[in-house]
Amino acid sequence: MANVNLELEPTLWDTGDFMEIKDLIVDDRQRGIFRVHRSSMTSMDLFQQERELIFNRCWIYLGHDSEVENPGDYRRRTIAGRPLFFARGKDGQVRVFLNTCPHRGALICRRDEGNAEVLQCFYHAWSFNTDGELIGVPGEEAYGPYFDRSELSLKEPPRVENYRGFIFVSFNPHVEDLVTYLADARDYLDLIVDQSEQGMRVVAGSNKYNMKANWKLLVENSLDGYHLVPTHQTYLDYITSLGTGDNAQPAGNAAPYRHADRGAADRIRPPMANRVPGAARALGNGHCVIESAARHGRPIAHWHPLFGEDAREPIARVRQRLVEKYGEERAYRMANTSRNLIIYPNLVINDIMAITIRYFEPLAPDNMEVTAWHLVPREESDAMLATRLDSFLTFLGPGGFATPDDVEALESCQIGFRATETEWSDISRGMLRPAQTVDELQMRGFWRQWHANMQGLSKTNVQDGPVAEAGIAVASGTDD
Amino acid sequence: MTAANKPTLREMVEDFLFREAELLDDWRLDDWVSLFTEDGRYVVPTTDLPDGDPTRDLVFIDDDITRLRARAVRLNSRHAHREYPWSRTRRFISNVRVEETGEGELSVTSNVLVYRFRNGEGAPYVGSIHYILRRRAGSDDGGDLRIAYRRAVLDQEALSWHGAVSIIF
Ligand code: FES
Ligand SMILES: [Fe+2]
Repeated sequence: MANVNLELEPTLWDTGDFMEIKDLIVDDRQRGIFRVHRSSMTSMDLFQQERELIFNRCWIYLGHDSEVENPGDYRRRTIAGRPLFFARGKDGQVRVFLNTCPHRGALICRRDEGNAEVLQCFYHAWSFNTDGELIGVPGEEAYGPYFDRSELSLKEPPRVENYRGFIFVSFNPHVEDLVTYLADARDYLDLIVDQSEQGMRVVAGSNKYNMKANWKLLVENSLDGYHLVPTHQTYLDYITSLGTGDNAQPAGNAAPYRHADRGAADRIRPPMANRVPGAARALGNGHCVIESAARHGRPIAHWHPLFGEDAREPIARVRQRLVEKYGEERAYRMANTSRNLIIYPNLVINDIMAITIRYFEPLAPDNMEVTAWHLVPREESDAMLATRLDSFLTFLGPGGFATPDDVEALESCQIGFRATETEWSDISRGMLRPAQTVDELQMRGFWRQWHANMQGLSKTNVQDGPVAEAGIAVASGTDD
Repeated sequence: MTAANKPTLREMVEDFLFREAELLDDWRLDDWVSLFTEDGRYVVPTTDLPDGDPTRDLVFIDDDITRLRARAVRLNSRHAHREYPWSRTRRFISNVRVEETGEGELSVTSNVLVYRFRNGEGAPYVGSIHYILRRRAGSDDGGDLRIAYRRAVLDQEALSWHGAVSIIF
């Protein structure tokens, strides 16, 4: 460097060192401080590593077996970036296929759903049965003697398993079996499936919407009791105006719903802030849950004025059946508690005013496609189904009174992340106390698993509390 | 009024729809809700099931008059965060088709394009709206029309641009 003219020589900006993955999370259990570096939600490099280290290694939700009720029924999905479809064969088995022609690549399944005995590729007309076998090749005599149809079946993902109707796939041939992977989240799936005598089914029609936000923000938001009162005040006020719980007024007698007029002084009205705090739990392998006594109706067995008088009787009967079958304690959990569950990494099952399945497919560090379905018991009467559907709509979905505000919140955070000088998000809430639903233990449970996976580890043993504990339910609630 | 000046049924209905669009673009939601009959209904099916039946299938919106009023209250408050501050919208209504279905009811279908701008982004909602409009008995002018049913069907495959149906579509 001695001989160069320093005035003309361009010098490299000192950009500092790139953040190492191990430093992306601050987890100080002595002081109760938990921070996440925001580059984990903005960096393309980390996004690609997530693909490899999380989405190519974990079990990922695909769909529900009730979505392909009859032989020949198929559904198309994009899962962990791959085009897939699943179909029920003549033998009643559901099979999952990579949606690409073994010939030269075209999509085999080009509709979102349908029924077919034979799936024919439109490009050169190879055809396959619903078992995935290649059954027709136009002009097959042109191929040599080693051309073997049996090597050219539709390919299946390395692992496919079904837990009580929930179908998962994994692109990792060495992944542990699904039940082991689900860990203590399994019991929470049972709490839902056991509500029905004849099994659950997914209702026709799905909510498909994008959020221009990092997918992990939706994990946090789906299990965030802290935001409920401030973000969803309009919903809570509306529900309050109808009355809450079993002693509430029938809808007709309720005080009319009013809200602070635009321009009027901002009123902070936390109508339910003092309700049961509930509990937050890390369930192992990154799965987490919050649960609390239902503050709203639950169509399964907890009446609310929104449901109308006619629903009182049938709801009471269902509750009675659950008590007889499972005992009062478990029936209480099924009927009277609400639960928001994350099955790591990208499936949320909410058992709240309705049961929703929410899958989110990351598209970019700042974009995801969300699909939400509604899960209902098969045996319910038309009237109860209508009640259930109605219960879903007030709060949930892109046209509901709450979900649009969650979309706004997440996109707002993502835009905020552009101010990169504010490097960290704080997720410390409740770290030094038995965690409630308004705390953030469940998010820390998710983030710790994410952090372990991103460092190439399959799991973490770290839990809240000053000393690492091997047990899973270190946080205890007060209401169940 | 001479026969030549008397507006046709379609013109009358168009005037009504144009007025409705103006109320919505001006965010005069209370006035908009007052266009509905007491048994009125506002339905938006999901993008993957445009024929969805709210009693059987999942839809985006299925409001009776109570929830519709609550929707207006919510959007008028400063706590509907997706619409606070309000987005700017501009509606274009066209291809209006009207059919008299007897008993003072009209079955009306229109094409609709609603541009929505907010937070540095703009994109359209595209679709069609089916109405059942009711006339007061014996009346023959559009001022007496009320909305008994309004079903707004989106043509988009998903809510990829807007993330929600946060306005009245
Ligand atoms: S790509 Fe499918 S038949 Fe050629
Ligand atoms: Fe929310």
